[in-house]
Amino acid sequence: MSDQNSHDHDHVPSTFEDEPVANPGLPAHTWRPTDVDAKAEKRAERQVAAMFGLSMVCAVLFLVSYFVFDVGDQWDTVGGLGASNVALGVFLGGALLFIGIGVIQWARKLMGDHEMVEYRHPAKSSDEDREATLAALSAGLEESGIGRRPLVRNSLLGAVGILGLPAIVMLRDLGPLPGDKLEHTLWRKGMRIVRDVVGTPIKVSDLEIGDLVNAEPEILFATDAEGEPVLEGVEVQIAKSKCAVIVHRMEPDDIVSEQTLNWSVDGIVAYSKICTHVGCPISLNERTTHHLLCPCHQSTFDLTDSGKVIFGPAGHALPQLPMAVDDEGYLIAQSDFTEPVGPSYWERDPQ
Amino acid sequence: MRLLNRSAGRLSRHRRGPLAGFVVLLLGLLMTGTLYAAFAPAQAQQGESDADQAAKGRELFLVGCAFCHGQNGEGVKTQNGNQIGPSLVGVGAAAVDFQVGTGRMPMAQPGAQAPRKKPVYTDEEIAQLAAYVASLGPGPSIPTSEDYSIEGLSASEREEAITRGGQIFLTNCTACHNFEGSGGAMPRGGYAPKIRGVEPKYIYEAMLTGPQAMDNFSNGNLSPEEKRDVIAYLGSLEEAPGYGGFGLGGLGPVSEGLFAWLVGLGSLVGFAVWIAAHTTRSQKKKVEA
Amino acid sequence: MSIDTSKVATTNATTAATAGKPSKAGAAAAWADDRLGLATAMKKNLRKVFPDHWSFMLGEIALWSFVVLLLSGVFLTLWFTPSMGEVQYEGSYDPLRGVTMSEAYASSLNLSFDVRGGLLMRQMHHWAAMLFVASMMIHLLRVYFTGAFRKPRELNWVIGSLLLLLGTLEGFTGYSLPDDLLSGTGIRAADGFMKSMPLVGTYMSFFLFGGEFPGESIIPRLFTIHVLLIPGLLLALIAAHMLLLVYHKHTQWPGPGRTEQNVVGFPMLPVYAAKAGGFFFIVFGVTALMGGLLTINPVWKFGPYDPSKVTAGSQPDWYMGWPDGALRIMPGWEFAFWGHTFPFNVFLPIIVLPGLMFTILMLLPFIESWITGDKRDHHLLQRPRNAPTRTAVMVSLMTFYGLMWAAGGNDIIAIKLHASINQITYFMRAAVFIGPAIAFFITRRWCISLQRHDNETLLHGYETGIIMRSPEGGYSERHLPISPARAYTMTARERDEMPALEAETDANGVPAPATRGQKLRSKLGTLMYADNVQKPTREELEEAHHHVEHENELQAGLDHPADGHQFDGHHLVDEEHLRSH
Repeated sequence: MSDQNSHDHDHVPSTFEDEPVANPGLPAHTWRPTDVDAKAEKRAERQVAAMFGLSMVCAVLFLVSYFVFDVGDQWDTVGGLGASNVALGVFLGGALLFIGIGVIQWARKLMGDHEMVEYRHPAKSSDEDREATLAALSAGLEESGIGRRPLVRNSLLGAVGILGLPAIVMLRDLGPLPGDKLEHTLWRKGMRIVRDVVGTPIKVSDLEIGDLVNAEPEILFATDAEGEPVLEGVEVQIAKSKCAVIVHRMEPDDIVSEQTLNWSVDGIVAYSKICTHVGCPISLNERTTHHLLCPCHQSTFDLTDSGKVIFGPAGHALPQLPMAVDDEGYLIAQSDFTEPVGPSYWERDPQ
Repeated sequence: MRLLNRSAGRLSRHRRGPLAGFVVLLLGLLMTGTLYAAFAPAQAQQGESDADQAAKGRELFLVGCAFCHGQNGEGVKTQNGNQIGPSLVGVGAAAVDFQVGTGRMPMAQPGAQAPRKKPVYTDEEIAQLAAYVASLGPGPSIPTSEDYSIEGLSASEREEAITRGGQIFLTNCTACHNFEGSGGAMPRGGYAPKIRGVEPKYIYEAMLTGPQAMDNFSNGNLSPEEKRDVIAYLGSLEEAPGYGGFGLGGLGPVSEGLFAWLVGLGSLVGFAVWIAAHTTRSQKKKVEA
Repeated sequence: MSIDTSKVATTNATTAATAGKPSKAGAAAAWADDRLGLATAMKKNLRKVFPDHWSFMLGEIALWSFVVLLLSGVFLTLWFTPSMGEVQYEGSYDPLRGVTMSEAYASSLNLSFDVRGGLLMRQMHHWAAMLFVASMMIHLLRVYFTGAFRKPRELNWVIGSLLLLLGTLEGFTGYSLPDDLLSGTGIRAADGFMKSMPLVGTYMSFFLFGGEFPGESIIPRLFTIHVLLIPGLLLALIAAHMLLLVYHKHTQWPGPGRTEQNVVGFPMLPVYAAKAGGFFFIVFGVTALMGGLLTINPVWKFGPYDPSKVTAGSQPDWYMGWPDGALRIMPGWEFAFWGHTFPFNVFLPIIVLPGLMFTILMLLPFIESWITGDKRDHHLLQRPRNAPTRTAVMVSLMTFYGLMWAAGGNDIIAIKLHASINQITYFMRAAVFIGPAIAFFITRRWCISLQRHDNETLLHGYETGIIMRSPEGGYSERHLPISPARAYTMTARERDEMPALEAETDANGVPAPATRGQKLRSKLGTLMYADNVQKPTREELEEAHHHVEHENELQAGLDHPADGHQFDGHHLVDEEHLRSH
């Protein structure tokens, strides 16, 4: 370290001024068996070379496995595991590990291992350098006149600042404005409730006490005159993320709240399947208690009592779908949900 | 078991030759005939003794079940209105076969969760109990292997069944039982049990009867074919090889994180210790040549 | 060193380095130097000294797993299609054939089943990502516990914290890409997180998703963030992190000959180049073994994302687990007012808490140096016990993290330990507050008692295990002095000095009353150092040794000339041999 710094209190590395035990200094170098014993040295050399040799063997086996083991729809297996993946992984791993182990063994046993001492320098520059740099900086600033011409400086700052606006506004077309999209779903008065995946409508008489049906609105499976689906691709996904419901039949006597009773049919209730916490689909129902649990964060809702939250982090009740029965005995919606489904958001009217 | 199996992972239509379907059909016909010859008379005999069976079942019931479920299977309530054992009227033979056959009943102690354990009754006794409970009121009967097996289908029908079963499984079952059937937690200490490795008959009966806190998937909810397809999908999951290696319990990211820390980082830190460790030292001095 | 521009400039000007009689390697070096003039910068750096300790290699695990991520990631991009366009799967995986899915998911299946080695690369990429974040975290802990973040390395601490933050985000964007059921559930939750922000939340969600969730844009957008934006930032920050490491030179443990002014170890070339290079192969190899043998994220079993499906055990990757745990144990406090809803139950645990934790993390070095007023450079590491309050602070933060983490896996804990998720949740709600406090107290007292033990050893020697019986019949254990090297190492630490309140004086020399900030600082400083045990002074040591020598003299005639340690390598006693009976 340089002398000029030794008086600068802030930058002197700390020392132990009153060391109770004197520094004995670096211990004398001791030799490794490989340094003093030619046989040991040869042995270590062979070990390292053997590692590299094993690596080569693994690399070749990797190539062989690549071409030998089938993937696709008829995977070869080895001990019940996918042969291709296991063999490629093990041989690639071996090829790499043996190089690594060999190189490190080389460094540990054969490379010179005299410890070296290097002196540190303070992180800061020398005082001259610092002063020279500061002088250059102020000279440059002075010549630019940025301090003397506030009009130029301030108008520049303003111009650069306003440039930020185009940058932000450019992002406007990332997506449409929310509008009232989150407040409505595709459920309409009279729309049939159909089973998910297969799309068949549900008769009241189909369901026994204790049945739980994962259901969707009929429109998701509807086709137009040409036989093309009414909803396609992203529309289906968006619709599912809001319209999915669970239909559960319980003893009518189990129902607690007036609203739940009014919106049910013979003990059959329908609730939104989208958790009001952060939107996971929720269908872990306990048949005996009619408590519905969310697998993501364990919010629990009471299906007998307007979907009230009885446990967990959800902030408000699970929306119930008002339900009725049509002339043919199929379950239909009385209307859309009466409140937004899914996670809460700032514009959501708490009612 | 052969260690290397060149075709275990395959389920595809390319697998079978054109004659395979024919051979399977022939074999199937042959098997059906043989089986019928072997069992038909016995069934006829059993048919005659249904009442006998139920009577024997009632005896077993009074000893082993009536304490909780009542002398006539009407269920027992405690003074404060809690149910000790629910009514068994109308639960059907399927429920008995599931509950007693998987050892869930009789329970070690009353509670919401009935864990699977070694069955207490023999197959014969279970059949007698089932006959008795079935006589209490109409309910689902014990499914037969045609109900839950896709053996009779053509190769392409099987594939379709497995695919459809997978979609139904992911819609109706994974929420509680997890994507590999490893099971999951339910409120207040309850759990949905692991269903990997459970006999198809019991899976079918569980869907049909909704044991303990599980929802019903009655035939009006999931059709018998759909239930069969779910079982076919579970079977295909079990048959499929571990494409990516060992499955780590099929529990998802939690067990993966555990392995990343313990196996991955653990071994790498071990290597780091080795790399930085001091090598053996000799007491000899080096003699410069 | 490499930033020393003045020297590079002189070299480039007139006196270019010309090697005398170059070897082959020398010739190549000369060719390069004629054009690049690197010799001046390389002169010292080729033999730059790195101290050797296993804990100094933890950061290297992170570096090398990042390289594995780059390599395997490039491979994956060759087949992965970042598109949410709808296709019907017609690939090799039978149980999903005919199912409608996004191109992203279909291409993930294709990578897993039809590209040889594709599944291996997918799994290696995922394992390496988990190792990347995990190794950054243990590297951070090592740096904190040993005080390596102190001046002049505070900025590198900040860079490291940013790397941890970016690595976490990179992981999240990555595991969301395959568009399987689990990753889609994660994005679904992220949508809920965004919507919890007051005023702007709904708009942010609509802009990010290009409309209503899930839209068609999120996968391509996350892809760009995952393969371009964040890796670019990571690379730049890693470069800065390494440059600063080289410039500051590595810290080292105190020991004989190792001081604040030097660094003792092996040279970059050849030993460190070999050790670091070899370690790269080892990290790569371990990742390959894991990718080959351990299934991670079996997307084919989850099925394509469908907003109406979910699986039990829906967890994020482990590094997102702790905010997820916070989310799980948060009570359902949602506020409704003036026609608005404020989901505080989501906003606090997932938006505020992680931000707060990262801010605290980044500020730790500055808070400590503000309290201690220590402005000196530090290159010697401290043992965790010698900074009891600092150690206790981090253990307390770790306890908080660990409990949140466990809360994030409460459903798995419930099924594995046959417990109730409700009870676990209630327990965690209290434990995340009480646990860290208990951990702080225990750790601090533990460190202090270890300090006491060190002083005992210094003053009275180590316990030999030899029990002596005095003529009076009393028993005592014999102590022997420790070696000077060990004694030096144990005392090579500073005495804790709390700087006095700096009373500022005004122009008339009247001391100004201490400001509130100064008072707080002084109070915190007192708390921080209270009860710390200082190393003994020279006088104390001498007196203790004098006493011990006296004892030994007294004992010398009483017992056997050998002290029982002649055979265990502590020292040799020539006349003694193992008796053979």
